[in-house]
Amino acid sequence: MNDKIKIVIDGKEYWTEHGKTILDAAKDNGVFIPSLCHVEGVKTAGSCRICNVKVNGRNMTACSTPVAEGMTIVNNHPELEELRKAIVEVMFVAGNHFCPACEKSGNCELQALGYRFLMLVPRFPYEFPDKGVNAESKYIYHDRNRCILCKRCVRTVMKDDKHVFALNSRGGEHIHIKIDTELASHLTEEEAQAAMDICPVGAILKKERGYYNPIGERKFDKQPIGSEIENK
Amino acid sequence: MAQKITIEPVTRVEGHGKVTIHLDDQNNVTQTRLHIVEFRGFERFVQGRPYWEAPVLVQRLCGICPVSHHLAAAKALDVIVGAGTGDGLTPTGEKMRRLMHYGQIFQSHALHFFHLVSPDLLFGIDGDPAIRNVIGVALMHKDLAVQGVMMRKFGQEIIRATAGKKIHGTGAIPGGINKHLYAEDKELFLNGPDPLNIDHMISWAQAALDFFKDYYKANKEFIDNFAQFPSNHLSIVRKDGALDLYHGVLRAVDSEGNRILNDVDYQNYNDYIEEEVKSWSYMKFPYLKHLGKEKGWYRVGPLARMNTCDFIPSPLAQKEFEDFKAMTNGKPNNMCMHYHYARLIEVLHAAEMMKELLNDPDLMKGELIRKGNKLDQGVGVIEAPRGTLFHHYKINEDDQITMANLIVSTTNNNIPMNESVNRVAKSWMNGQTEITEPMMNAVEVSIRAYDPCLSCATHALGKMPLEISLYDASNKLIDKKRT
Repeated sequence: MNDKIKIVIDGKEYWTEHGKTILDAAKDNGVFIPSLCHVEGVKTAGSCRICNVKVNGRNMTACSTPVAEGMTIVNNHPELEELRKAIVEVMFVAGNHFCPACEKSGNCELQALGYRFLMLVPRFPYEFPDKGVNAESKYIYHDRNRCILCKRCVRTVMKDDKHVFALNSRGGEHIHIKIDTELASHLTEEEAQAAMDICPVGAILKKERGYYNPIGERKFDKQPIGSEIENK
Repeated sequence: MAQKITIEPVTRVEGHGKVTIHLDDQNNVTQTRLHIVEFRGFERFVQGRPYWEAPVLVQRLCGICPVSHHLAAAKALDVIVGAGTGDGLTPTGEKMRRLMHYGQIFQSHALHFFHLVSPDLLFGIDGDPAIRNVIGVALMHKDLAVQGVMMRKFGQEIIRATAGKKIHGTGAIPGGINKHLYAEDKELFLNGPDPLNIDHMISWAQAALDFFKDYYKANKEFIDNFAQFPSNHLSIVRKDGALDLYHGVLRAVDSEGNRILNDVDYQNYNDYIEEEVKSWSYMKFPYLKHLGKEKGWYRVGPLARMNTCDFIPSPLAQKEFEDFKAMTNGKPNNMCMHYHYARLIEVLHAAEMMKELLNDPDLMKGELIRKGNKLDQGVGVIEAPRGTLFHHYKINEDDQITMANLIVSTTNNNIPMNESVNRVAKSWMNGQTEITEPMMNAVEVSIRAYDPCLSCATHALGKMPLEISLYDASNKLIDKKRT
């Protein structure tokens, strides 16, 4: 059976395969759809909503919507860009994202999207949350005030088949990700580094290794977010 | 009628402050105060943060010499990560930091002399305020203004090459540095097109000194006597007594040159220095404990460093140092306006040191970081452009900062600046029937000599207004002038 199907993104036809999400199909074809919660190969969360696209006139999350033959998708559109920018701004004001002193600066996907959307200053009032930090595990410093609740860590950071991170206090203003400090203390240094790397912001830090990447050598110093797909 | 004069804000200094001068019925000065009106709070909000964040976070105190805070914090954290008390880094780690620091000294001093101070020298204390500013210098002494800009640019480029950015970089990390010097940067600094190469910078540093010495010859009485008063002087010096702006032991001398703090380890600075708090200023008042509040205060900065060190370990600056010391027969120099002279000697020294370091192969290769057994606290001290800067941190077992104490250079100069204001106000205003703008500028000139960073913060671009308020004896505002 020939699985190849044709879709249209921003008026241009592309070939893809059944079973793929819009996000992955677009990526395969060199079209960047921004996302903060999506991790390739990991169960979709659909929590950040930044990958919103218009499918046949309706807003859908590209990371959780499978492609279909003849699907017409709008991605690069002022209305969608504005919506995505607004979501990024909300994430900035809902946390304490002080880029100047954050060691994830230059490697932070939220910051990189802020630059992509030309965000100068958030239009919403800052919340300055006080959700606390947890520094009790051996290798991880967990700053909840920077968490954007993407749940990447919840879905991917495991030790002995157990989740190191979990969503706590669902709903309400106190919603946050909780770390199992005892389990986290059994992570190896490499596993702790991987946990930091999977976090799109600076909520999970690997202890005692801050700022080892000089300015100019950081991920988004070299190329802006999305260009690795668009310039492929 | 008794009056209260307020000079707010003090102009052509870093940050925001104001001066109040109280006059009695005969227009005699009864009280003067330099108030620091900004509150920063870094010592509090760094608490709870992971210790390795401190060098990057705390440097945001200042946009003029953030490298000082960056390095002082990193030096304190070197102690915490077991890399020793200033001499335990790898050669690459220490030399890259030194290059960063000399670049900063060079750019900060150039900014101060050419853009903040030169208007007073070129146009006079009583010059027209409309041109007695950096724009006036740019319009009427273009070469000097350009020289200031280019010297600052060179220093900033050195900082970029070592810290990653011209302002607020991330180069120094606990235990060392995060990068080597790139070959293309080294080539640019050594052999770049004029004027942006190190040899040109050395010649400009000498020219700046010559400019000041010529001015001094023509205005000796003013430079020697303006706001002159005896004081103690404090700085770090290298263990052999050499001028060392990056690392050393604490030394203090009195106005006659007697040692009152004899090359002690700054890890124990708390044993020697105490800070007094006064209700009318956000800035504390430090003094040497064993001498007490009245006799223990001291000056820091370029003048103090010339008074504490025995020699300068770079040949051109050493020659200038010898001439400088000869003026006071080897005794401490207590002349306030000689801060500028001393500052320019340091500009030359910084340029010479940069050249030496740029030719050092250790910057291009070698181990970057060294760590050892972790400790729960550390002190880092550095000679910032404006003087001795102390950073002290304590951490808990979860690597969070639990205590931070910063004694900033300008804080160390708090009492001397108040003393200068008092002396100038008395000598210029006592008994005068009218308080004129030049009189008030004279007060500011005495403050500017210290190159204070009043909030240790960036300040707005553009002209800051000078506001003068007159109060009667009942503190009722009777007149207000704004320039």
